[in-house]
Amino acid sequence: MDFFISIWEALPLGLQTLIWTLLKIVAIVAPVMLCVAYFTYAERKIIGYMQVRVGPNRVGPKGWLQPIADAVKLMFKEIVIPTSANKVLFLIAPTLVLGPALAAWAVFPFNEELVLADINAGLLYILALTSVGVYGVIIAGWASNSKYAFLGAMRSAAQIVAYEIAMGFALVGVLVAAGSLNLGDIVRAQQGGLFSWFWLPLLPLFGVYVISGVAETNRAPFDVAEGESEIVAGFHVDYSGMTFAVFFLAEYANIILISALTAVLFLGGWLSPFEGWPVLGPLFDWVPGFIWLVMKTALFGFMFLWLRATFPRYRYDQIMRLGWKVFIPITIVWIAVVGLAVVYQLPWWFD
Amino acid sequence: MTFEKFIFYVLAFVLIASASMVITRRNPVHSALFLILAFVASSGIWLLAEAEFLAITLVLVYVGAVMVLFLFVLMMLDIDVATLRAGFMKVLPLGVLMMLAMVAELVFVVGPQNFGLEKFAAPARHAADYSNTAELGSVLYTVYMFSFEIAAVILLVAIIAAIGLTMRKRPETKYQNPTEQVAVKRADRVRMVKMETEKG
Repeated sequence: MDFFISIWEALPLGLQTLIWTLLKIVAIVAPVMLCVAYFTYAERKIIGYMQVRVGPNRVGPKGWLQPIADAVKLMFKEIVIPTSANKVLFLIAPTLVLGPALAAWAVFPFNEELVLADINAGLLYILALTSVGVYGVIIAGWASNSKYAFLGAMRSAAQIVAYEIAMGFALVGVLVAAGSLNLGDIVRAQQGGLFSWFWLPLLPLFGVYVISGVAETNRAPFDVAEGESEIVAGFHVDYSGMTFAVFFLAEYANIILISALTAVLFLGGWLSPFEGWPVLGPLFDWVPGFIWLVMKTALFGFMFLWLRATFPRYRYDQIMRLGWKVFIPITIVWIAVVGLAVVYQLPWWFD
Repeated sequence: MTFEKFIFYVLAFVLIASASMVITRRNPVHSALFLILAFVASSGIWLLAEAEFLAITLVLVYVGAVMVLFLFVLMMLDIDVATLRAGFMKVLPLGVLMMLAMVAELVFVVGPQNFGLEKFAAPARHAADYSNTAELGSVLYTVYMFSFEIAAVILLVAIIAAIGLTMRKRPETKYQNPTEQVAVKRADRVRMVKMETEKG
């Protein structure tokens, strides 16, 4: 043991920080990847039960090893690159989708002190990264050199740009209410139990954010970018094996990210819902903040699956109308309301 | 060479390399992608200069929104490279002249005679909890309120003008109106006629 410590101390200080930061990144990314794997399992099981089937139940007890089997299968499949595709861009595209989805976790607060980079502009950083994710989709669609892939990419680009504006405005409401761009400070501004969280004073923005999140991740009922029934599988129709798997990983990593962000921005992150309540407050004091965060995230994760099993796909012009003509006006009006409430220190939330 | 300096030179190299790729690539989509890389690299340089708000906003606005729409249009267009390249030699002298004029202007304005540590002292380093965003906001909405509002109004005019340009009627295009299609009633399409049965 002493030997290892002496080796560690012999390293230059810069290298020590580098190794330490890399280890922290691994400690965040590895659980996220595991969550992604089992989220796919949860999706198949939950949608299965909703449709009165049992879902995967062959590999391992109750099908628990199904995600592992899927991963192994995808890893050993051949990666087919279409002859007329742009090879470099074709291979860069999947990583461009996955990269931002993972990088956004860097500023995410898991509890009071557990955060990789506690930066002041955290919310802006997340907004910027989620907006960069669309490039993977566009480049994939263009580099495949196929009409279906290209149509999927165009649909996705238009949809993501439209909903990003509504999403950004919803976040502006949050930052006005919290008075900070730091995600930790945003959570701390919501202290005081279930009814002090931002979901109540920012209810319209909360709704807009959740629905835009579904649209932003290209999930049903907004999954026109894939549109199996009309454009086969949209932007990733020409991808196979691991390149396809990376698109899939990115989609699910984004779902988990959006769910976790909704929990942090509108449902008080790691805070207990019974904080400061007479009887329930002390009763649930022992629950660590991280558990509350996971539970809130799981709630929204389940909602994503529930929506997919329930709603038919939106028509394209209706998606655009909802984004531009309904959500953006709602958010602008509510930002003004929140601004007034903050300036006049409306009691209960902003006093 | 400190680590910071090393990062600066790497970013500067990426920025200049991608900027020259923008103007030398034949394929316009590749040019646009290199332009995005140039934005990202310059945003990194701004981060090094401790301007985190501007750096992130550059990525958010230019990379996240403007360039997406750019690519959108570029990918849809069927650009004929041959017609673009025709007459290159004819406009070359004019182009070189313009370039020289611009370079001269740039050197005149941002040349070494106007900058340097003896002209501007190096700004003091701020503590880690210094919020660039808050400082920028407080200056923008107090000292520069007027110019900010004027810029906003100009942008609004541009938006209205852009919408006005696309609102024109084009009688030659035939497109379906899904709302009308869905809202159609039986009476609009089917006409019941009463007629006698013909014999024979």
